[in-house]
Amino acid sequence: MLTGGYPDLRTLAVDAATGLVKFRLPAGHEGDGARDAAARSVRKGISRIDAQRAERDRMLAATSNPPMPWIYLIVATGDIYEDIPQAQAAAREGADVIAVIRSTGQSLLDYVPEGATREGYAGTYATQENFRLMRAALDDVSRELGRYVRLTNYASGLCMPEIASLAGLERLDMMLNDCMYGIIFRDINPVRTFIDQRFSRQVHARAGIVINTGEDNYLTTADAVDAAHTVVVSQLLNEYFGREAGLADAQLGLGHAFEINPELPDSFLLELAHAQLVRELFPDAPLKYMPPTKHMTGNVFAGYLLDAFFNLCGVMTDQSILLIGMMTEGIHTPFLSDRDLALENVRYVRRAAGRLGQEFRPEPDGFVAQRARQVLGEAVDLLGTIGSQGLLNAIAEGTFGVTKRPADGGRGLDGVVERAEGYYNPASDVLEAPQLEVEQ
Amino acid sequence: MSLTGTMGLVRPYGDTTGDGRVQLSFTLPVPFGDETQRARAEGAALQLAAKMGLDPAMVVHAKGMGPDFTFFIVYGRVSHIVDLSAVTVTEREFPVLPAAEVNLRIRSALGRKLVVVGACIGTDAHTVGIDAILNVKGHAGEKGLEYYREIRVVNMGSQVGVADLVARAAAEHADAVLVSQVVTQRDAHLSNTREMSAAFGPRRPLLVVGGPRFDPSAAHDLGVDKIFGRGTTPGEVASYLVHALAPQVPGESGGMESPPKKGGGRTA
Repeated sequence: MLTGGYPDLRTLAVDAATGLVKFRLPAGHEGDGARDAAARSVRKGISRIDAQRAERDRMLAATSNPPMPWIYLIVATGDIYEDIPQAQAAAREGADVIAVIRSTGQSLLDYVPEGATREGYAGTYATQENFRLMRAALDDVSRELGRYVRLTNYASGLCMPEIASLAGLERLDMMLNDCMYGIIFRDINPVRTFIDQRFSRQVHARAGIVINTGEDNYLTTADAVDAAHTVVVSQLLNEYFGREAGLADAQLGLGHAFEINPELPDSFLLELAHAQLVRELFPDAPLKYMPPTKHMTGNVFAGYLLDAFFNLCGVMTDQSILLIGMMTEGIHTPFLSDRDLALENVRYVRRAAGRLGQEFRPEPDGFVAQRARQVLGEAVDLLGTIGSQGLLNAIAEGTFGVTKRPADGGRGLDGVVERAEGYYNPASDVLEAPQLEVEQ
Repeated sequence: MSLTGTMGLVRPYGDTTGDGRVQLSFTLPVPFGDETQRARAEGAALQLAAKMGLDPAMVVHAKGMGPDFTFFIVYGRVSHIVDLSAVTVTEREFPVLPAAEVNLRIRSALGRKLVVVGACIGTDAHTVGIDAILNVKGHAGEKGLEYYREIRVVNMGSQVGVADLVARAAAEHADAVLVSQVVTQRDAHLSNTREMSAAFGPRRPLLVVGGPRFDPSAAHDLGVDKIFGRGTTPGEVASYLVHALAPQVPGESGGMESPPKKGGGRTA
């Protein structure tokens, strides 16, 4: 870029795509120049991330930070210009967090599309411009409501680090980001995933972004009772890797879900046991609790009731972020009225039973407490097995989900190379340096 | 004339035979602000109900959603009569068999394991359906196809390219290919299925697709042998596979029967 006299990366990329550019490794004096240029441009980006973090604090002060549990709603039209009014309407109806679901398959693109997009499948592409447009629209509605409305997207798949960076640059507030989801559910190479999750979390830590982890997925593919302990194990791993990358406890939105078969006797007690266990294991984490999907049958009336029980379990066990269930889950993308009814449901439960958890304690040796102990015991056993096998071997053996994911398989393996002599990553240098100035 | 069903004629049942009472809910893009707007909104809802054949109709609930929309719940009486003799259903053309019998049929007809390759094709990442059918865990209390001793399952997972699917089916000597499609935006499920069936060409394995939004009678149109809709269980799929691939005809050699060309399936 220096020797070719290119003003920016984009111009260089355009020429490179048409084959006008020859690349070689700079050495000696040229190498030093390249290092300096790279460090300068990375510092510029990180300053912008820092500025956006400060801007979030200013916005929070100018509006207000809603009390938990935050109400989390999804929009997913495929068209950013349709998403915007829907997101604003949802915020006016009480949503504290808006998640824009990505277009199906974006997780397997090894690049990030550019610009505002109006075409997507079952979701809207994550692009820098889409991020910017939605954040600006939510800033408008935040000022109107006097309440800061958070924006969420997905730092997962093959472009986990790239999207994390865009999120920091455009002041997204929360990002779906799991240390193993890509491996288990998307067949992305395990080594690549562990490398990418670390970098993306370093960026999130710097940007003040709360991550949301994907443990709900274990319960939709396996039985929610049998697999309850795999959720706890995954949460502990996500906590470990998250802290290792510099995330504070308040940035660990560990996930879990209300997915037990409602036909099962005591299913609600089991849900309470699981949710309370997670709450007590991670007292300072903004836990993300996800609604029933697997047992939503098309009977919208029964589904509405199940969602109310989910909301009740969520407020009783003091969950921090409630993803709002739709009674038409699995039938169609939510109607305007589905979302409105769902919000009415959670508002009622919060109003009627918001303090219930303070008034009732489970019997010390009752069913709920015993179940929680059992799940924790199974989780400890599984962690022991993983510890003796090594995590990569455990994943290869199919410990998580029903799938076996060997360390030398999966998508994106060709992007994994060993660090060469003279390896230089200016972003890691900045992100891994002690950073006293961003703390408070 | 009686409407109790003796003539095969019925009406919706609220709390009395033949009362014709139904309920529905919908949203109109009309404001529900001041008194005039509210009256107008309810009038609009009643007009729609009348055009839908509800007479009389009653708006039991109306609620403004934001400045521009109103949600309604309406009860009413329909005058329409349902003629049961004119109802057509597609009967399932095969019996549902217990797992042991499925295994036995495969053993005696094929003399080897039946090979099934499954995938979600296109950009569809929703493996819930295909996993419910294939994974040991199964669905609705029934074990998935992996549980059947005489079925060998290759689950390719989600977002599989059509070319990869065709190649893998050939490499595994697949008897049947199961494809699941959930995403229906811009009819992706239909175009993906057509692309897949075309890619397999004439000498192909049995092609089965499933998903909540398929029309079970469209198999022929889409170039596949069978379509399964919402609520299909692994046992039904296994039973269909032996019906199509491991027929119970004494004396027939080989065991491969040409796939049925007719569409149709279980009533959704």
